Amino acid sequence: MKISRIKDLLGAELFCGEDKLDTEVYSACCSDMMSDVLAFVKDQGVLLTGLVNAQVVRTAEMMDMACIVFVRSKTPSADMIELARESGIVVMKSGYRAYEACGALYSAGLKPVGNN
Amino acid sequence: MSENVTFHFDVDGENFSSAGEASVLVKKKLRQLGISPEIIRRVSIAMYEGEINMVIHAEGGSADVTVTDKEVAIVLSDRGPGIPDVSLAMQEGYSTARDNIRALGFGAGMGLPNMKKYTDSMEIETKLGVGTTITMKVKLS
Ligand SMILES: Nc1ncnc2c1ncn2[C@@H]1O[C@H](COP(=O)(O)OP(=O)(O)OP(=O)(O)O)[C@@H](O)[C@H]1O
Ligand SMILES: [Mg+2]
Repeated sequence: MKISRIKDLLGAELFCGEDKLDTEVYSACCSDMMSDVLAFVKDQGVLLTGLVNAQVVRTAEMMDMACIVFVRSKTPSADMIELARESGIVVMKSGYRAYEACGALYSAGLKPVGNN
Repeated sequence: MSENVTFHFDVDGENFSSAGEASVLVKKKLRQLGISPEIIRRVSIAMYEGEINMVIHAEGGSADVTVTDKEVAIVLSDRGPGIPDVSLAMQEGYSTARDNIRALGFGAGMGLPNMKKYTDSMEIETKLGVGTTITMKVKLS
């Protein structure tokens, strides 16, 4: 699924990565616990989270994830956006709650991150 | 690569917002060295978990990374409280982190197991009241 489609499906507002909206992503995971995210690796993933701090961006960077979606309209700080920009990660926020956002992406065909 | 490359970082335990910075830098350096993305990812996740642990459990410490033509070695050293029961700490889900740490997205008890999982070897030396040194190695081939 293209990142642009995720943005549309979630009615999301983009903070950075305008030039990467055509990137294909293959899986997503949703968690507020970063070590849970770090336990399962898959290429080109999307991270959905309600947690807002710099470690979310660094976790996505460590995992080579392509896109972060903050749910429930949580807004990242300017520092976090800068960090993501440096790492080439697309950042957006959606008004959806985590459960709704996951449901929307799942039913549109985006798969969960599997065990590696 | 003929000569070994080393990186040293002091990890600040006072300032949570910088936690993970050293790992991000190491990841960039490993990319410049032309190491494969798969290996880089394993090294960076393991180091990141260890770096965060030093910040949330041990008031900071130091990180030394050595790259040879055979492996990447990561040594994380702190003067924190030490780990009373290492085999218990290694269990998935075991954490002593309080709610303030969980609110920051850590404390799932997955860090040490993740470090073990992503590296080829991991050794923990720890002494109560003295500190903890964790040495992890990832082979390049
Ligand atoms: N450097 C350290 N110094 C002292 N204690 C540590 C250190 N690293 C880990 N521990 C202890 O081991 C426990 C398990 O560590 P682990 O990284 O697996 O989980 P966590 O840090 O609590 O949660 P998570 O890593 O999922 O965010 C910790 O809760 C803590 O009690
Ligand atoms: Mg940990």
